[in-house]
Amino acid sequence: MTAPTTSMAVATEADTGWTEPYLHIDRVGKAFRFGRETVSAVRDVTLEVRHGEFVAFIGHSGCGKSTVLNMVAGIYPPSTGSIHLGGRAVAGPGPDRAMVFQSYSLLPWLTVEDNVFQAVESVFQDRMLAKDKRMRTERFLRMVNLWEHRTKRPAEISGGMRQRTAIARAFAVKPDVLLLDEPFGALDALTKGSLHDELLALWRGDGRRQTILMVTHDIDEAIYLADRVMVMTDGPAATIREVIPIPLARPREKRSVMHDPRYLEIKEHLLSLLQKMPTTASN
Amino acid sequence: MEDVSLALPGLEARGDRSRRARELVARALPAAASTARRAGWSLGSVAIVLAVWQLVCLTISRDFPTPLASFRVTLELWRNAFTKVDGVPGIGFQVLASMRRIAIGFSLSAAFAIPAGLLIGVSPTIRKLFDPIVQVLRPVSPLVWFPLALVAFKNMGGVSSSTLFTIFVTSLWPTLINTAVGVSSLPPDYRIVAKVFRFSRWRYLRMILLPHALPYVLTGLRLSMGTAWLVIVAAEMLSGDMGIGFFAWDAYNAGSYEKMIAAVGAIGGVGLALDRGFTALHRRFSYEEASR
Repeated sequence: MTAPTTSMAVATEADTGWTEPYLHIDRVGKAFRFGRETVSAVRDVTLEVRHGEFVAFIGHSGCGKSTVLNMVAGIYPPSTGSIHLGGRAVAGPGPDRAMVFQSYSLLPWLTVEDNVFQAVESVFQDRMLAKDKRMRTERFLRMVNLWEHRTKRPAEISGGMRQRTAIARAFAVKPDVLLLDEPFGALDALTKGSLHDELLALWRGDGRRQTILMVTHDIDEAIYLADRVMVMTDGPAATIREVIPIPLARPREKRSVMHDPRYLEIKEHLLSLLQKMPTTASN
Repeated sequence: MEDVSLALPGLEARGDRSRRARELVARALPAAASTARRAGWSLGSVAIVLAVWQLVCLTISRDFPTPLASFRVTLELWRNAFTKVDGVPGIGFQVLASMRRIAIGFSLSAAFAIPAGLLIGVSPTIRKLFDPIVQVLRPVSPLVWFPLALVAFKNMGGVSSSTLFTIFVTSLWPTLINTAVGVSSLPPDYRIVAKVFRFSRWRYLRMILLPHALPYVLTGLRLSMGTAWLVIVAAEMLSGDMGIGFFAWDAYNAGSYEKMIAAVGAIGGVGLALDRGFTALHRRFSYEEASR
């Protein structure tokens, strides 16, 4: 795994003058087989993402947003079409892409620290000194304010803290692409708000070098965080219905963003798009 | 002014102490109450057993040893537990002999059942191949295994090997099946974590699969231990050289029924202790799923 990582790093450095799309999702479709039946989850998804761009997917439950994300992660391959990352076809999971799940997916028998450290250790192996791996773990846990809670197990901390652990874990493995699958979906509004800012701070602190794809069904979240919002049609056989650029300058600040007329206009537009959707709107 | 500021901490400290004392009492009281309540329930169970027992002695069989007589004999037996009485080793030695056999048979069984369970849990192919074998052999009674083993081990230790083998084979199944279930019930989320963060096979085994399966394995071991203890008594009745099962059978043949009751007490007591031990281990290694 050493070779692709280095070549990826080179691509990152040369990135300032790079006009090619970094992530290229080309006419991707995915069908799942349930016994004898085949159900198409997504079809014909085409998307080009620049390096360091934040793209949000929004749509109703079951519209296949997560399916697209999982394919970029390499958890399963697309049925049709292709996904290229930094010029290379995605064939399985790689250390260049880290994921944060709605279900946190922390290992319950490991402490907060070990949950992060095991991922760091696994990804960097002997390309980093043991001491540096420990320091890296500490750095990211400090960034999400969890260093004091490092010896606790996931069951002993709140949902927001668990998700911060998962976010620290994802950032700590130094990914080029960060895949967030409804990361704040299970959290209360207050926790959610502070985690948005923590996520943006982490991202900015890391020089915004990660390309981020996020799946959500929260309109405010999508506008506040993303550079572009992909509105999905309802499933089955969902696809991108409309791409909405968010021209708000960074760094963004929640309160001023909320009162920005452009924000309100985009929100209005997104609401009308999502409400107009046929069927399962109650979902 | 100075006086006041000096006196204040003292006052506070005093208030502190009395509050701490109150807190201590407030915490200790419910704890004591719950201990008392638990003791009460235990006492109730014992009372029921004794009542039924006494009733049996009074109605069904006059030969059946009464609770009081049995209690006296039991005390007497345990007073001389680790001496030889009329050339016969005391009840303590008998229990130890049984436990030694269990330790050997059970360890061998665990050493085989855990890896086998892991393999069966991990690989559907292996599971399909071995599941019928497990299902056929599992219900076979120790009363059949023992004579079969006698034939098989005729020239390899005979009776003592057969006793061990019977324990080995009958205590395999709970551990094997529970281990397999533990491994195959791994939530897919954890498998995806391993994939996304590129866990090596070894790290996956050590950090995900084994910690997840461990509570299942321990439950299996606890059940296996129970089976082993159940079987050893039967096996010793058949093999008849030493051990608590042999002791009970010997007491029956000698017509000293109170001794049989003492043996039952010893068997139950040791069984309970082993069970509690494994339950404590299980609690130590169980983790609340915190994924949501």
